[in-house]
Amino acid sequence: MLQIGLTLGLFLILVIPVGKYMYHVAVKQRTFADPVCDRVDHFLFRILHIDIREMNWKKYALTLLLVNAVMVLIGYVILRLQGILFLNPNKAGGMESSLSLNTIISFMTNTNLQHYAGESGLSYFSQMAVIIFMMFTSAASGYSACMAMVRGLSGRSMGNFYEDMIRCITRILIPAAFVVGLILVSQGVPQTLKGPVTAYTIEGKMQDIARGPIAALESIKHLGTNGGGFTGANSANPLENPNILTNITELLSMMILPGACVVTFGHMLHEQHRLKQAAELKKEKSKKILMGSHGRTIFLAMSILFLIGLGICFYAESKGNPVLSRLGIVQTGNMEGKEVRFGIAQSSLFTSVTTSFTTGTVNNMHDSLTPIGGFIPMLNMMLNVVFGGIGVGLMNMLIYAVLAVFLCGLMIGRTPEYLGKKIEGKEMKLAALSIIIHPLLILGFTSVAVICQAGLAGITNPGFHGLSQILYEFASSAANNGSGFEGLADNTMFWNLMTGTVMFFGRYLSIIIQLAIAGSLLRKRAVNTTAGTLRTDTGTFSITLVVVVLIFAALTFLPVLALGPVAELLTL
Amino acid sequence: MSKKQNTSSFLSGELIKTSLIGAVKKLSPRYMMKNPVMFVVEIGFLISVILVFFPHLFHDQGANLRIYNGIVAFILLITVLFANFAESVAEGRGKAQAESLKKTRKDTTARRLREDGEYESISASELKRGDIVLVNAGELIPSDGEIIEGIASIDESAITGESAPVLKESGGDFASVTGGTTVVSDWIKVSITAQPGHSFLDKMIALVECASRQKTPNEIALSTLLVSLTLIFLIVIVTLYPIAKYTNTTIAISTLIALTVCLIPTTIGGLLSAIGIAGMDRVTRFNVIAMSGKAVEACGDVDTMILDKTGTITYGNRLASAFIPVAGIAAEELIRYAVIASLQDDTPEGKSIVDLASQMGVHVDLEKLGPTNFVEFTAQTRMSGIDIEKGTQKIRKGAADAIINYVRSLGGRIPKDLQEHVNDVSKCGGTPLVVAADAVIYGVIYLKDTVKPGLVERFARLREIGIKTIMCTGDNPLTAATIAAEAGVDGYIAECKPEDKIEAIKKEQAEGKIVAMTGDGTNDAPALAQADVGLAMNSGTSAAKEAANMVDLDSDPTKILEVVEIGKQLLITRGSLTTFSIANDVAKYFAIIPAMFTIAIPQMNVLNIMHLSTPYSAVLSALIFNAVIIPCLIPLAMKGVHYRPMSASRMLGRNMMIYGLGGIICPFIAIKCIDILVAPLLVMLGF
Repeated sequence: MLQIGLTLGLFLILVIPVGKYMYHVAVKQRTFADPVCDRVDHFLFRILHIDIREMNWKKYALTLLLVNAVMVLIGYVILRLQGILFLNPNKAGGMESSLSLNTIISFMTNTNLQHYAGESGLSYFSQMAVIIFMMFTSAASGYSACMAMVRGLSGRSMGNFYEDMIRCITRILIPAAFVVGLILVSQGVPQTLKGPVTAYTIEGKMQDIARGPIAALESIKHLGTNGGGFTGANSANPLENPNILTNITELLSMMILPGACVVTFGHMLHEQHRLKQAAELKKEKSKKILMGSHGRTIFLAMSILFLIGLGICFYAESKGNPVLSRLGIVQTGNMEGKEVRFGIAQSSLFTSVTTSFTTGTVNNMHDSLTPIGGFIPMLNMMLNVVFGGIGVGLMNMLIYAVLAVFLCGLMIGRTPEYLGKKIEGKEMKLAALSIIIHPLLILGFTSVAVICQAGLAGITNPGFHGLSQILYEFASSAANNGSGFEGLADNTMFWNLMTGTVMFFGRYLSIIIQLAIAGSLLRKRAVNTTAGTLRTDTGTFSITLVVVVLIFAALTFLPVLALGPVAELLTL
Repeated sequence: MSKKQNTSSFLSGELIKTSLIGAVKKLSPRYMMKNPVMFVVEIGFLISVILVFFPHLFHDQGANLRIYNGIVAFILLITVLFANFAESVAEGRGKAQAESLKKTRKDTTARRLREDGEYESISASELKRGDIVLVNAGELIPSDGEIIEGIASIDESAITGESAPVLKESGGDFASVTGGTTVVSDWIKVSITAQPGHSFLDKMIALVECASRQKTPNEIALSTLLVSLTLIFLIVIVTLYPIAKYTNTTIAISTLIALTVCLIPTTIGGLLSAIGIAGMDRVTRFNVIAMSGKAVEACGDVDTMILDKTGTITYGNRLASAFIPVAGIAAEELIRYAVIASLQDDTPEGKSIVDLASQMGVHVDLEKLGPTNFVEFTAQTRMSGIDIEKGTQKIRKGAADAIINYVRSLGGRIPKDLQEHVNDVSKCGGTPLVVAADAVIYGVIYLKDTVKPGLVERFARLREIGIKTIMCTGDNPLTAATIAAEAGVDGYIAECKPEDKIEAIKKEQAEGKIVAMTGDGTNDAPALAQADVGLAMNSGTSAAKEAANMVDLDSDPTKILEVVEIGKQLLITRGSLTTFSIANDVAKYFAIIPAMFTIAIPQMNVLNIMHLSTPYSAVLSALIFNAVIIPCLIPLAMKGVHYRPMSASRMLGRNMMIYGLGGIICPFIAIKCIDILVAPLLVMLGF
């Protein structure tokens, strides 16, 4: 418990200054990184002939798509050809086409669903030029889209995608990844280009131990809420995550940027509001704020959802396996699939964090969680708003805020408005679409998988748990999480293509729609705020938001969850 | 169109009958398609009907499948009928009003002036814009128009419900006449201003009949939300079938249909259009004609109200409120002379002086003064009074400078403190009347513009719900400030010209505010058009009425306050019922999900927290609740939820508790109760 409290406490302390720094980066205020980064940026803009004029939402979304598409193309070629390329000490062959496609979409969409095992399936060059590279760019894409949306909502122009992306990488991701990487290396995480070492075990057998540029990958894996491990076992592998210290470092690094995005959002709105007031009252007063009232509201709502999930997961895991309890066996909790060095608390915290912040890295096998312990990560991904992936989690939550505002606004007798803009038919249509996509992808593809022979073939554990495996796989893909209920035999043409499709639409459709909403609200006339206006920066609104999220998202998935984890629990 | 009646009983036998017929007629799929939520229910009904005849069409298993499907089909049909009934009732109430209006329109003949100067009799429906007609006493005015010649008193009760005739004459703000009203005396020549079928009366009939009712922007947005919820739940249900099959749980198709219908927001889907129609109807019942539902909706959003001082905030008549004697004169004496000067004065000012004096215990008997001569007020003399023949006293009251000149001409002395008193009164926003008897000035009567009772509280209430009030007046800034402070408005525009009003509206709108205003004169028309909510007075010119999006038939400008509340109430009703409808899903889930899965997974019964007796009764109870809740909420949809002005967060908390939390808890209880009733019946049927 203390470990959980300590980690969350550290998170709260770190998230505020980081959020403020990210705000300064987003609105181009002075930061300490400017002397170096400005030069790098300008150099890049110049040699790449990048036009850094403001974009409208359409241009922004299109540029994001195109840039991502180009990277997908390059990455795909590298994966296919890795066998004949350099830096391949463990002699990995070229990747099969459907797996390459799946992998490349998986990393470009910030999902990091892995249908391959990194140590044997990828060369070091692929790990660095495809995996690590995309971990930076996909996180930066999510961040950029989010900043564009937040700018639009706060009444600024949307910004320029190239500029946002480059600034995010040079000023946020690279410095942070460098620091985290050094901490990891100091704790023994390998960082080398040499091939695997062969060890002689005490049983007298030989074992190849995979190594490589792990620390580099590990740091951005968490910071960018990516989650794809260097090795198949991901952060459960002692080379990726040797001890409690690295575990907490990894936890914090995946929480920090999604959390900080909310703080940035708060700062942006606060500043815009202050400017407006200053113009009216002709007085300049800048009050120090932590995360701004709007940021605080969203942050609170996300935290409530997170803590509920964490509590249930921790409780279920500490209770252990009900069958063993019935047999009268004393257990210290459900330790199956967990690393002894982390224990129940750090494992359930990691599970909750990796699914709510949709990173997808694991330090224990989710397939082995108790039914309810496995229910929570699934639910987190189905909600997809509990902080969520870098940038996109906030974007999703803002859509729910629009919905909540719509219901609450009417109940106080005004047509609904959010952040000073009226929510009308067009925004509702887009918000509704954005909310339909998620269940459509998860439920639609799950039902296809349980009908098809090819889909059923992947299930290693028939019955209710098998359903959970499939459900988890698609929830993870749609939420761009990437963790797996590892039991599923998923490296087949069917699963590669299916999850590839889900990841693709789950990522890009949502981003386009959400940018469209911001674009549409930006064009609207700002309405006045009076005592009769619905306050969207209060605790009441946080609670309302939580309820709306639970009602909309949870009700949608309740029947299948009843058939999956709930049925599994009841029939144990 | 009688005023404010029928608010207590909203249903009559006749209305129920026509509404029931309407409900059945609306079952036509072409009509149902306009309401996607209920259309899904109707499709569900059709599928269950098919399943009654071919129960094994989808390889469903189970005993009594045919009867079960039949019951499901029946409840679904009832659900759709209830929703249609709600809409019919709302429309029906409007139609009844329209009928009486139509009677006025039917058989009017008009006397049109031909080019050769002769009059011809033609049907009113053939009149075109620009035609000139002659209307004599006792005749109906055939269509809307402006009086170009003549003066007449006109009975407008057919439209306003107000029986006292009003005087209309050519030129000025009182030239416009409305078709369907009756000339009571004299004759008028009217130039027709409305195209056939577009007269005010036609518009009113169309509006109350809902023939021209279009969905408002907010209704469209809400429908989008409801449709997307329906889509989401359809996805849930369609995918549930194969997924359940994988876990060896077979679910009867009619159970899936039942679950779909329970989850999609049928309650609000069925009541949405009824709420909109009823909202318009409430406005109409208030004798205000809204030109569109959008206008009523905009009322709920009003941030700023621009109100005319005279007529809206104050009565416009100046009434006596104090007597201020000059030095050396006893107050009694001043009051006595003031009363004597006013005894025969029939103006409201004069009467108020006598009233105030009698309140202060001063009575004067006119008889005792002997023969008197009343001197009327004229614009030239600017004073009025009385000449008492006995003792030849000339008592006068009037404007300060007029009286001073009068007294001087008689060689009288002007008291030193008079000017001071006069200034004091002016500063306070009042009008000073100076009283003199022969050459002696006695003092000043303080005439005050009185704020209508109850308005101060009203404005305070508005401020609480975030609405700012701005008073417009032609008075000087001093007077304006006093009245503004007294009435408690948030701002005022003194020496206001019509252009100033438009400026003020534009300025508020530039700050993102929604502005409402009232007006009647032609020069108000641009401002009425500029405002988001413009309420024109029926007594006003047709230009003003044309520009406004609402017309008040009673010509009572304070009504804007009520109209705003009706607009808010409409939105609150919509939001509350939506929240209620969505919150209901929680309980329905707990009824149906265990029921669906218990057959295959008996342990699922743990989730049956309501302890419903059998899976069948659970599904049917939820479905029955879903159907019955619609008629139960019809009264609420018609009358609107209770509205009391309070701060936004308090109101949100309150409505969340009632409709959100209530919406979660209420169905748990109701479904359990229905289950207790339904379970034995099902046993009798052999389930």
